[in-house]
Amino acid sequence: MKKKEPFFWITLSCGAIIMAFILIPLIEMMTAPSFSMLKETLKDKDVMRSIWLSIYASGSAAMICLIFGTPLAYFLARTDFKGKRFVESIIDLPIVIPHPVIGIAILSVAGRNHPIGQLLSELGIRIMGSVTGIITVLTFVGLPFYINAVKDGFEGVSQRLEKVSRSLGASMFSTFFRITLPLAWRSVVVGFIMCSARAISEFGAVVIVAYHPMIAPVMIYERFEGYGLKYSQPVAVWLVGICLLLFLVLRLLTLSKTKER
Amino acid sequence: MIIVKNLYIDLSHFHLVDINLEIRENGFFALMGPTGAGKTVLLEAIAGLLPLNKGRILINDKDITDRPPEKRGISIVYQDHALFPHMTVKENITYGLHFHNIDKNKAEKHLEDLISLLNLSHLTRRLPVNLSGGEKQRVALARALMIDPKIILLDEPFSALDPSFKEDVLNSLRNLHQTSSATFLMVTHDFSDALFLADRAAVINKGRIEQIGDIKDIFQRPRTPFVADFMGMKNIFPASFNGKTALIDRIPIELANNPDMRCRYIAIRPEDIVISREKMVSSMRNSLRGKITNVIDQGFTYEVHADVMGVMFKALITRNALIQLDVQKNAEIFVSFKASSVHCF
Repeated sequence: MKKKEPFFWITLSCGAIIMAFILIPLIEMMTAPSFSMLKETLKDKDVMRSIWLSIYASGSAAMICLIFGTPLAYFLARTDFKGKRFVESIIDLPIVIPHPVIGIAILSVAGRNHPIGQLLSELGIRIMGSVTGIITVLTFVGLPFYINAVKDGFEGVSQRLEKVSRSLGASMFSTFFRITLPLAWRSVVVGFIMCSARAISEFGAVVIVAYHPMIAPVMIYERFEGYGLKYSQPVAVWLVGICLLLFLVLRLLTLSKTKER
Repeated sequence: MIIVKNLYIDLSHFHLVDINLEIRENGFFALMGPTGAGKTVLLEAIAGLLPLNKGRILINDKDITDRPPEKRGISIVYQDHALFPHMTVKENITYGLHFHNIDKNKAEKHLEDLISLLNLSHLTRRLPVNLSGGEKQRVALARALMIDPKIILLDEPFSALDPSFKEDVLNSLRNLHQTSSATFLMVTHDFSDALFLADRAAVINKGRIEQIGDIKDIFQRPRTPFVADFMGMKNIFPASFNGKTALIDRIPIELANNPDMRCRYIAIRPEDIVISREKMVSSMRNSLRGKITNVIDQGFTYEVHADVMGVMFKALITRNALIQLDVQKNAEIFVSFKASSVHCF
């Protein structure tokens, strides 16, 4: 057998270090709580409510991204215009801004001193300390992940297919729903998963806008602050477990459809 | 009848300038030119897939310039076929029916006719990914014809095809044109395809039309050096004229007729030139002594470059002729051609 070069061993050992770096803390955390403790936590209504709220709020945020982000992603994939790079940078902004700053920025718009805040309060919509506020923040942080994934998907669909469809009598609307979307739907699913995964893990921005009602990351933080590591671990295990299960189901659903084709 | 009037398109890196075309109803028109000449841009503009900066497009005297592509009755077939990959062959072909009010029985009959005409019956349930290049092309043609378009635009229909499928598609296209009432507009960079299919043609170069007219006329009487070169006339020389004689530098060339006053060039096809060891005693009125400078292997034929008093002539000869004549570099030979083979423009 040919002797492997040092370069190969460097790549291999770096890879192994990174794998260990990611997996050891996660495995340690997942296996730390005893079974009875996990069972007990499951009976705790506050914990279950917070996990459910996390899933509900990030799912809603991803839905909002899907409805409003899809047309924008399509527009960016298909059009070239002056300042396109600028628009793309604006979309990426939520990734680079520190999370508490996002919370503060949203509160400063939603406050009574701002016309938007006044309008919202007249409509009876509360941002501070409400589920609406949580969903707003999660949408803010999730948008770039959704739009970028879906934009890549649309770019992968040849424009010629759309042109042929138009020449065969289809309107732009029919072309989108009959040709573009069926060919790019996998990217839409990936975008949805990425966006909700990002949203479900958000803590810094949410804790400023809405400490209560409590989403799971805030609850984990509160347990850690109040009772220590041991009490926060079971909640974390349930959150991670349920999230992984959900994403796995979504992935499996999309994969099985791929095979049908 | 399609009329394109003073069309102008600015694509920042490329311009289509002052395009005027008239294409007869049910005709087969070829748009020829080298890669990057602007042929596909013009095709997409006619289909409404690209906005015009200036100009009008009329179909049967109706101005369709501002109509969206789906309301023009123009089908386009791209060189890469652009079949919808998530649909079967049958779904691809019948895609356009969703948007047209065509009687169901009539559509069914039309589908059967197209499938048998294009020999697709064994493929209807396959996905495009499982088709050969020729099969894809035939499906794309069927899809375009299914909605009975007034006009069919073909973008380089043979360029993505294996040579063995090409003849197949060439014949299919000719059959389709003869059996349908549609007007065909084909873009190609291959002159022989155009000659086989089209009755009229235009040669386009760098966004401008160089020559337009009857295809045989373009072939025999190119009007610019570019068109002459594109038609394969590799011997193009600026010349001065004196009666029935043209002068290239000091070389007198005999012509069959008195040339037009506006003539500035002469052109001779390489296949019309005969290379011989001795001076030709034949009906060829031009026979010039020269020296071979290069012999280029082109597969079935050889291109021989001969220097005649500083002027380079290019002739095409077969492998047999090459062996018989024992043509080699620096060999003294005669370059001969008929007076009627010399074209003036």
